[in-house]
Amino acid sequence: MSYLQTLEDQSIYIFREAFANFKNMAMPWSMGKDSNTLIWLAKKAFAGKIPFPLVHIDTTYEFPEMLAFREWARKHYEIDLIVIVNEEARKRGVGYETHDPVTVTHELKSLALQQALAKYQWDALITGIRRDEDSTRAKERYFSPRTADNEWEYRDQPPEFWGQFTTAVKPGEHVRVQPLLDWTELDVWEYVRREGIPVPKMYFAENGRRYRSLGCWPITKSVESRVNTIEGIIEELKSTKTAERAGRAQDHHERNAMQKLRAKGFL
Amino acid sequence: MSGVVMPPAPKPVPPGFEPAFFPKRMGGAAAGGAGEPRTRIVVVGHVDHGKSTLIGRLLADTDSLPEGKLEAVEKACREEGMPFEHAFLLDALLEEQAQNITIDTTRIEFRHGGRAFQIIDAPGHREFIKNMVTGAAAADEAILMIDAQEGLKEQTRRHGLLLSLLGVARVIVAVNKMDLVGWKEARFRELEKEIREYLGGLKISPREVIPISAREGSQVKARDGKNLGWFRGPTLLEALLAGAPGGSQGGDAQGPLRFTVQDVYRFDERRVIAGRIESGTLRPGDTVLFFPDRKSSRIKTIEAWGEPEAVRELGPGRAAAVTLEEQIFVERGHVGSHQEHPPVESREVRARIFWLDTEPLRLQAPVQLRLATQSVEARLVAIERVVDAEKLEQKSGAREEVGRFEVAEVRLRCRRPLVYDAHDRVESLGRFALQQGPRLGGGGIVLEAEYPRSLAKAVTGEHLTWTEGRVSQEARAAHFGHEGAVIWLTGLSGSGKSTLAVALESLLFRRGIASMILDGDNLRHGLCADLGFSLEDRAENIRRAGEMAKLMAESGLVVISSLISPLRKERQAVRTACQAAGVNYSEVFVNAPLKECEKRDPRGLYRKARAGEIKGFTGIDSPYEEPERPDLVLHTDREKVEGSVGHLLQHVLGLVRLKEEDRESAEGPGGQI
Repeated sequence: MSYLQTLEDQSIYIFREAFANFKNMAMPWSMGKDSNTLIWLAKKAFAGKIPFPLVHIDTTYEFPEMLAFREWARKHYEIDLIVIVNEEARKRGVGYETHDPVTVTHELKSLALQQALAKYQWDALITGIRRDEDSTRAKERYFSPRTADNEWEYRDQPPEFWGQFTTAVKPGEHVRVQPLLDWTELDVWEYVRREGIPVPKMYFAENGRRYRSLGCWPITKSVESRVNTIEGIIEELKSTKTAERAGRAQDHHERNAMQKLRAKGFL
Repeated sequence: MSGVVMPPAPKPVPPGFEPAFFPKRMGGAAAGGAGEPRTRIVVVGHVDHGKSTLIGRLLADTDSLPEGKLEAVEKACREEGMPFEHAFLLDALLEEQAQNITIDTTRIEFRHGGRAFQIIDAPGHREFIKNMVTGAAAADEAILMIDAQEGLKEQTRRHGLLLSLLGVARVIVAVNKMDLVGWKEARFRELEKEIREYLGGLKISPREVIPISAREGSQVKARDGKNLGWFRGPTLLEALLAGAPGGSQGGDAQGPLRFTVQDVYRFDERRVIAGRIESGTLRPGDTVLFFPDRKSSRIKTIEAWGEPEAVRELGPGRAAAVTLEEQIFVERGHVGSHQEHPPVESREVRARIFWLDTEPLRLQAPVQLRLATQSVEARLVAIERVVDAEKLEQKSGAREEVGRFEVAEVRLRCRRPLVYDAHDRVESLGRFALQQGPRLGGGGIVLEAEYPRSLAKAVTGEHLTWTEGRVSQEARAAHFGHEGAVIWLTGLSGSGKSTLAVALESLLFRRGIASMILDGDNLRHGLCADLGFSLEDRAENIRRAGEMAKLMAESGLVVISSLISPLRKERQAVRTACQAAGVNYSEVFVNAPLKECEKRDPRGLYRKARAGEIKGFTGIDSPYEEPERPDLVLHTDREKVEGSVGHLLQHVLGLVRLKEEDRESAEGPGGQI
């Protein structure tokens, strides 16, 4: 069996285990390649129906092309989509114009998610994070519990083996379920190609530049590239040594920024 | 606080903008995909034996570090006034660098010789074994690190023991820090011999034992002819390349079918049974028997969203979603099998377990047993031996609990029948996790399984049905306030079985527990009146008594059987029959020495046997085989009758009494179908 097939089967297994064990789960959805791979896998896991809502945390700094993709996908996949915005923080004037990226990401993403968790009482969130993205993510579990304060206790993580996961939560707590944990960036693109998964056009070069990772427009830089096919992306990835999230400013603002963000509930 | 330098705001999209790019589909699952198989490697060994250094070295030597990573770590070291070490490349978290201990399993990839390797860095600190278990359970291959100076230490052995339990059969041993022992071959050979002997005791035969120096980079990628010229074997990377890539987690495609059910979906008009093929192959048209109910149905379709063509078969490791021809009751936890080679269905499991939780696992304490998608409450009913990682021998003395980081051979008893296999037959149906509270506390592998010779309850023909009552055992137990059970007293004539049985029956009855004695002599007045005392007749006598006891216990009674039942084989047959039916069974050895029994001789039988008036008398001229693993032993020669009765009563109450929450939550009779 091909390795990609092993990854697909494992992700489907994780999706189903989560749905069988949690009462009220949701899937944050950022519209990127990982998010679209998750939709695809969920469709396969649940025989064509996604039996839980998707959540887009709108920072209000989204690329217009991505918002257009969001509306297209909502219809195309028949998904139940919840859009959340941290209105309170925006009213206070939190934004990239005046605040540093770590603060903005925390307020407009992590806190927005926390507000939604309190409102909708989700006991599990499906995330698209992968171990290869960042060294702190390398330490994750498939089922990763978060405290009622939305914190990740990375020093004391539960054991996980033989497809048996942490599925018990106390009131107010939730579990991050991470079906793509073992996938690499290359695996995702190869799977997108194998399956023909629709992805945003912004990944492909226009005027000599393309986006490798998609976030808020004020802090997301495109990279030099002429690539305009999936095959081209795959070839480019095989030869590059630049980190995927190098174009995402909030990760690099200060030492250990990612660790701090993630311990406080960032995906 | 300050903002960022804002780039120009993006322009709105033009009208009619198509936001999605549709890649050409390259064949979907049928195409497999170009994803390269990778070998998952776990690096284990004692703390400070050089695991992180080796991984840093592998990344650097195979040129697999992200750009700038090496420079960044070198800069961080200068800032903190520490000398650079390869180990720091992994230790991305500040506190790890401070403690110089890897905290958690990290997964790092490197490429070499056209292959991808995924390293799971397992830490060696004693506290962090749960992370090592997490890492090793997912690994295809293990590198066991030994410090050439320090030699085998506690964690070296403990990790070796855990590798054997977790099923990591492929092991490469790296004897590290050879530079610190003057590159001496004699020291290497001494350690090689020692580790080969130790791992051999665990049935692990290491693929290679290689002398290296991770710090100096000797024999990792490059050969070190100057210092290790005496070593003829491969470098570590050569050894890794020689091993087959992993990737497929599934079992044997030709093995017995095991389809574990995760869920049943009814999102539209279809009723989709979703699960995973653990072993064997599933095809549309197959007749599949679902355990533990043993209802059978044919597979109508394999549902595969996004696949334009019908899927014809699914092998091990594959996610499966099927529809059935006959609408039988199937739910999460059920296991589908073909008619041939079914799994075992039993309430009792003999297993080797490891325990990770700070709270020990105590005898008789409830613990959740999770095997594939089954989750049942179980109790530890016997601790046969606790394995000492140092000597691989039994730790002395009777044990009441299995402590943190201990490995033990035990018997577990479940509240409901569990569907499983022996670990060496179907790996994924022969291993389980144990949970006390919200987190996994340990795990184990099934040592043996009593496969049934025939499926008594299987619906094999089109027009045959098994009549099942509407009253479940749980409903019966809720109604009576206790579960049924077979308490099988075995022991020599005169050992005290009848005395104990009579006392127990009345004590149970006074507590509102319906009980009944099944006496060997009494049975021979009716049900077994046609039987004599030949070996065959005695065996048949036991079989009938066992079947009778099982049926009575299924009806909700606590049956106290009082028969000499001298042969292990016959007692085992009764135990197996009871367990397969989901009936509590407990073997109680009423143990008094022959001399004592003969002295008591309440009915004068020994005197007659000695005088030759009775032939084939157990203990005199017919053997009595003592139980090897009784659930309870009562030494009636050493303690008073009251004492033995007290022990017996406590044992039985522990077995059949319902917990308060069960009494409240269980539905009434007929409520569960």
